[in-house]
Amino acid sequence: MNARFLPYVLIAPVTFFLCVFFLYPFVLVANQAFTADGGYTMENFREVVSDWKFPISLQNTLLLAAAVVPVQLALALLMATMVNRMQKGRDLILYVWTIPLGISDLAAGIIWLAIFEQSGFLNSMLDAVGVIDKPANLLTYQNPWIVFLAIALAEIWRATAIMLVILVAGIGLIPKEYYEAAEVFGASKWKQFLRITLPLLRPSLQTALVLRVILAFEIFAVVAALGGTLFPVLMSETYAYQFDLLNSGAAAAMALIILGISIAATLVILRALRVPKGATI
Amino acid sequence: MTAVATPDARKAGRWLYVTSVVLLCAWVIVPLYFLLINTLSAPEDVQSYPKAFFPAFDMGSLSFFVTFNGMIDALLNSIMVAGLTMILSIAIGAPAGYALSRFDFRGKELFRLLILLTRAFPLPLLALPLAVMFIRTGLDDTIIGLALVHTTLAIPFAVLITFSLFSGIPMELEEAAWTLGCTRLTAFTKVVLPLILPGIAASAIFAFVISWNEVFAAAVLTIENRTLTAFLLVKLSEAPIHLKFAGGFILVLPALIFIFAVRKYLFAMWGIANR
Amino acid sequence: MTLFSKTFGAASAIAMSCAAVAAQADVLFWSTQARPAEEAQAMTEQVLSGFAGGVDYQPNEGGPWLTRLQAELQAGSGSIGVLGSLHGDFSAMNPDDLVDLDDLGVSSASATFDTLAKLGTDNMQYIPWMQASYIMAANKEALQYLPEGADIDALTYDQLIEWSANVHEAVGEPKFGFPAGPKGLKHRFFQGYLYPSYTNGVVRTFASDEAVTAWEAFKSLWEHTNPASTNFSFMQEQLLSGDAWIAFDHTSRLAQAFNDRPDDFVAFPAPAGPTGRGFMPVLAGVAIPRTAPDMDAAKELVKYMLDPATQIATLRATNFFPVVDVALPEDLPPSVKAAGDAVAKMSGSADANPGLLPAGLGDKGGDFSQVFVDTFERIVLANQDIRMVLDDQKGKLAAIMQESGAPCWAPDAASDGPCPVE
Repeated sequence: MNARFLPYVLIAPVTFFLCVFFLYPFVLVANQAFTADGGYTMENFREVVSDWKFPISLQNTLLLAAAVVPVQLALALLMATMVNRMQKGRDLILYVWTIPLGISDLAAGIIWLAIFEQSGFLNSMLDAVGVIDKPANLLTYQNPWIVFLAIALAEIWRATAIMLVILVAGIGLIPKEYYEAAEVFGASKWKQFLRITLPLLRPSLQTALVLRVILAFEIFAVVAALGGTLFPVLMSETYAYQFDLLNSGAAAAMALIILGISIAATLVILRALRVPKGATI
Repeated sequence: MTAVATPDARKAGRWLYVTSVVLLCAWVIVPLYFLLINTLSAPEDVQSYPKAFFPAFDMGSLSFFVTFNGMIDALLNSIMVAGLTMILSIAIGAPAGYALSRFDFRGKELFRLLILLTRAFPLPLLALPLAVMFIRTGLDDTIIGLALVHTTLAIPFAVLITFSLFSGIPMELEEAAWTLGCTRLTAFTKVVLPLILPGIAASAIFAFVISWNEVFAAAVLTIENRTLTAFLLVKLSEAPIHLKFAGGFILVLPALIFIFAVRKYLFAMWGIANR
Repeated sequence: MTLFSKTFGAASAIAMSCAAVAAQADVLFWSTQARPAEEAQAMTEQVLSGFAGGVDYQPNEGGPWLTRLQAELQAGSGSIGVLGSLHGDFSAMNPDDLVDLDDLGVSSASATFDTLAKLGTDNMQYIPWMQASYIMAANKEALQYLPEGADIDALTYDQLIEWSANVHEAVGEPKFGFPAGPKGLKHRFFQGYLYPSYTNGVVRTFASDEAVTAWEAFKSLWEHTNPASTNFSFMQEQLLSGDAWIAFDHTSRLAQAFNDRPDDFVAFPAPAGPTGRGFMPVLAGVAIPRTAPDMDAAKELVKYMLDPATQIATLRATNFFPVVDVALPEDLPPSVKAAGDAVAKMSGSADANPGLLPAGLGDKGGDFSQVFVDTFERIVLANQDIRMVLDDQKGKLAAIMQESGAPCWAPDAASDGPCPVE
């Protein structure tokens, strides 16, 4: 087949699929964001942005992404390189580390609530080793940092595996010869990681980061379980508009704001980790 | 440096390495173990303090769910929807991933943006127009209908993961195959495909898990043919705490078994990729 | 691709056959009530099993519940036969989407409820189905710290604060529990309890000086409130775990505590303030959407739900009380007895100041509650100045009342036009 048309043939199914099941409903919803009282207006955006909770939820969402994603990236890279060196038990270790993949955010919220709640496992452990006499109240409005930490830990626990699997698959594709050559020249492990692994892993890094960052802006269930009403995020406000206040125009406007932030972040990552075509190794 | 490392330094490095592996495993497993303890505790113990660190093997909470009407049907539905989602998203997504990594074409950036947009927009807001469409076309309350929506959610993963993997395979490899008499297709099936099979498996797992854990669309788009997640979570969100844990456990378990079952394919990459 | 097409074919065949089985149709009862697993199970097995036509009881969260319903209404056809939800959810709907139910010949025993069910039209848009209220519950351990001379069945807010303070001091940690979590019903406390008890109103008196006093009182109660309350949504959990000793909540959200350990807890009426003992009912109703596939069966089911025997079975299953006149049997679960006694004492008290559910707000019901939630979060959690917050939130409330045109409801004095915020 002609190479000029081949790419279009290859992307046609996805495009068709997304047009029907995503773009069509998306346009209908997006339209709502710009309409109020029958006319086109920015009223919905003005309404959501001027709400007293908007700056707080925006700040919370961004802070959380900024705290969680770099840690996950570092952790996933560490785990991936460790697995790479492993001779025995690689399958088992990798399986254990990818377990959180199968755990929904709702379930993760429940699990971490069991740890952090007042009569939870964290207090029980501290009690068992004699650090505390009586259970301390951890997830309260007086301890915003503990709430933040609990949410961040739960997110790191739950969603690092997504990055790990992508990175492990990517590292597997790096030819062994490069490392062997590096050994011959006496490059340290750390140098090998910086000079070989990182550059050659760029496509996988890019994918892992983009997916993870987008999902980070959509965080909701874990926050709801651990933070209650203390930690409003953009997504919880969106749902509140849609389902509690029955204001779908405002909800659509919020969703578009989240979308805008996600696109901006994506573009930055794509720019920073540009992948040359066909990755010339 | 490896050549000059003293035995002591090596020993210390080895020790550090093993400790970190063990710690990271514990980091993943311990919270799950807590879930297991709570699942297997009597209701009073779930609310007690301090918590026991060993399960009491009280099956009350679990057996409550086992006697639930429709659990088995819901489980089957979940598996069918997730299986279909897996197949659809790979079949549709992988070609696009290949196209993205191998060709420069007009509208490429636009296409990538479309893929990402899909993931960055909250699904619950799209559920209403989708449901209207489904009711009108008769897709409503069918396994396929739900699988189509879940595929939409899984496709960005499928496309992007396959894209990054294809990008990791040098173009020269394919070109070499062409010069050896392969057509574009046979070069692909004989040279490239085996290399990225693990990656395909990875995105298949993503697709399965995404579908398995999705609640909102499932709760809106199915009524008689509930998936297990929709079936349980609707009831769970306000259930007493001990049932929440048991239900959470029931949700987690099949996904774990699934990942365990396919781990061979996921990690088979070691045999192939160690070129 | 053969594997793919085979699998696809097989799956679609199975899916079709599933759909075909479903088509011969029980009535689909689409409900936001009785969601917890145990209640849903009881609804199916004990309440609805007696209905001749067969019922598929599907409880759902508000979001999916509404989204599905809207989709069916927009599509013009659907599978939902009967809707079960709270008054507030129905009042947010367009009455044209609900079938008029006057010709069924069933109604509740309360004229007030029947009026609410008309949603401002001339016809019954839903039929009152069951009712509940909000009460207080306490761990018996806490009783020894009751302030001197206080009668637990006739507490005042000041006594409640003192009691909570005593417990706080004696135990060393705050033990009052308040459902301020994401799914907690905190706004009902402000609308139906705090405001009526202190200001004898809700809307008119929103920013009055009495309201400032009310919020000051609540703030001093909050000092003895478990600060994790912002995560509490079902106080039965914290009563059972001991994280809270004294709590306010919906009767059905306290039920498990009484059923699990009936000897450990007491239920009692909400406290009274300067303007009486404010309290408010919870009203759930059943309705039929205009898209119901089998209208006759749906109507039969609505009638069946109002049958006295069904009402008693519903009480056992959900802890919601009947809306028709029935003689309650002796062998009710402990939670029902405890809650029933507390509600009876509350409504029978000399200083009772019953409020009504917000009415006529249309789709602004959510915004209305949000005003109270925001006020709470700003005054109590963010520690902002009470007067400043009330004056600020007052504008929002006034806009909601203007837009919806809702007249005042008790205990606010009646109004001609939309209820004014004074």
